[in-house]
Amino acid sequence: MVKEPNPQFAIEVSQTPGGETLSLCFQCGTCTGSCPSGRLTSYRTRKLIRKAQLGLEKDVLESPDLWMCTTCYACQERCPRGVEVVDIINVLRNKAVKQGVMSGEHIKVGNYLLQNGATVPLNEKYEAVREELGLSRRPANVLGDKKALEDFQKILKATGFDKLLEEKK
Amino acid sequence: MNLNKKYALFLGCVAPARYPGIEAATREVCKTVGLDLVELEGAGCCPAPGVIKSFDQDTWLAIAARNLALAEKQGADILTICNGCYGSLYDAAHILNGDAERLSAVNKILSEVGMEYKGTTQVRHFAELLYKEITPENVKAKTKTPLDIKVAVHYGCHFLKPSKIKELDDPERPRILDEIVEATGATNLDYRDKQMCCGAGGGVRSGNPELATKFTVEKLKSMKSAGAQYIIDVCPFCHLQFDRTQKDVQGYDLPVIHLAQLLGLAFGVPASKLGMDYQEVPAKF
Repeated sequence: MVKEPNPQFAIEVSQTPGGETLSLCFQCGTCTGSCPSGRLTSYRTRKLIRKAQLGLEKDVLESPDLWMCTTCYACQERCPRGVEVVDIINVLRNKAVKQGVMSGEHIKVGNYLLQNGATVPLNEKYEAVREELGLSRRPANVLGDKKALEDFQKILKATGFDKLLEEKK
Repeated sequence: MNLNKKYALFLGCVAPARYPGIEAATREVCKTVGLDLVELEGAGCCPAPGVIKSFDQDTWLAIAARNLALAEKQGADILTICNGCYGSLYDAAHILNGDAERLSAVNKILSEVGMEYKGTTQVRHFAELLYKEITPENVKAKTKTPLDIKVAVHYGCHFLKPSKIKELDDPERPRILDEIVEATGATNLDYRDKQMCCGAGGGVRSGNPELATKFTVEKLKSMKSAGAQYIIDVCPFCHLQFDRTQKDVQGYDLPVIHLAQLLGLAFGVPASKLGMDYQEVPAKF
């Protein structure tokens, strides 16, 4: 369903780092033809970019299509207009998240980052494997260094990442 | 060999916390080729280019800058063993090392923890460093017993791409990994969709696991029908995706081996030190 366009939307995207090349797209479809995700689903990269150009903000930000990209860069490498497709998708995702559109599973990953300083926590099972391989049970990074983890968490607070996770619609 | 530079090993999270064999193999191989590693003490998440960059670019850049600053303080360049870490840290360094305005914005955040990044750290990927500084010829010379195995090489995405800033190899028809793998004696098979993504990136594995599995099955089918016995990769996240998907999708029996583990085998490091037994689909040697 097409919703009311927001004429400011494409301008905002173009003015965000990574979004500068949005207006260059002339809809040839090389991105769609190169996209492994589109080959396996009904996701169409070209269409997503067109909707963003037209300012169809809600269509773009609330569609599950926005999260079908694995950021493999096949489209960006082949684009004859130099459109930085993956970087634009990242800008669009940032905007969706700011509006509270995010999946529960992704919030979980974000919370791992807040709690552990890493998106994959280290548990006892793998601590034992590390030891068997002659490695320290916990490495010298945030996974094994409390002060480093505290610093890491302070940075996440300073950028407002903790608050961002609470804003789910 | 140009190994005068100091390299700080950036572990990331999937390698140390799920596939520690990759970390152990990297340390063994670096010792063998005379590459002295220092620890990147206190390093945090790279951060993950999938979910974290998708959520908030400013947070992504600030956390990456903290890691770059930690290396800078030691006078070291960063060595990564993961395409995801390489993607985030290389891209962040590319932005910050050439943009005073964004560097100063990031430093405002880093000042909260008494840190500053000056913009001098270089970020290297294990496979690329090996290719350029050790070279396939030396890999061949150091190989004790040529490996008698048939393999499918998987480059993954963020190792070579975006090629505009990485400038390592042709992203459509790359050769650098193939050349290192062939130097070990392994039979390197061509297969359909060799350059295709494993499916895990961009938050797809966590947010849409069915779609990620579809990608992986496409790859596994193509590798199997080409006659591969093993998958060779350079990324613990691709590694996890190939290994764990085979827990749910039976019938491929394709163990995955990280390049560091493959070189460990070729250089005569005992297989027990390379940690390939702990995988869902163990690689037995």
